[in-house]
Amino acid sequence: MALKAETHPIATSNDVVRVRQIVRAATIQLKFSLVEQTKFVTATSELARNTLEHGGGGWMTLEMVKNGLREGIKLTFRDNGPGIADIELALSEGYTSAGGMGLGLSGSKRLVNEFEITSELGQGTTVIVTRWK
Amino acid sequence: MDRIPILKFGDCLLITIQVDMHDQLALTLQEDLTAQIAKHASRGVLIDISSLEIVDSFIGRMLANIAAMSRILDAQTVLTGMQPAVAITLVELGMSLPGIKTALNVERGMDLLQEFIYREPESEDLHGSEG
Repeated sequence: MALKAETHPIATSNDVVRVRQIVRAATIQLKFSLVEQTKFVTATSELARNTLEHGGGGWMTLEMVKNGLREGIKLTFRDNGPGIADIELALSEGYTSAGGMGLGLSGSKRLVNEFEITSELGQGTTVIVTRWK
Repeated sequence: MDRIPILKFGDCLLITIQVDMHDQLALTLQEDLTAQIAKHASRGVLIDISSLEIVDSFIGRMLANIAAMSRILDAQTVLTGMQPAVAITLVELGMSLPGIKTALNVERGMDLLQEFIYREPESEDLHGSEG
């Protein structure tokens, strides 16, 4: 169940900093521990940068969600970029297409509770992550 | 344009990263720092990140690059003040920053740098030939 949803553009590297701050504020609101906050904000940073660099920019939607008594934060990163041909490969450790260290997708997957990725060539990529309190 | 200040302190350069770095700022820092090392013939670089609330793979890579570039320019790099939550997250992310020397705070970091810079180069050889 989504309690609240808001969408923010990711078009410049300043937007990556801004969505990090927005997600940080949401984790504080839900009283995440400092380690939980840091993990989720770091995952946000990785995914927002992917949206910017591989997707050519896009959007992040933040939802405060509730499952029974559990509260959490769900983030959807969406772009209209070239898409990912082989998701399995993109998720494997050390895979990189942008000359980085290949930790973006596989690393951020470890920093969240739920991780879902869909991609279509020529259409874009959507990554949905959730971290529960 | 935004810049992270680089302070000269004897043979060393001191950097305190206090802002939430956007990517261009990180790249500018790499260029500024290597130029300063060459200009002052610095032997050590201390980077304090105690104010950084997150280190993602981009910033981690930038720190690793700075250490590698400095080494090639004959300067040692020490990273100080990493917050425990940041350390936990970095390792889980898959980045253990191999090749970067770290210290808990600036004071210990400076001690470590002085040790590396002024260590007698032949002392290890002497031990080797004796043993």
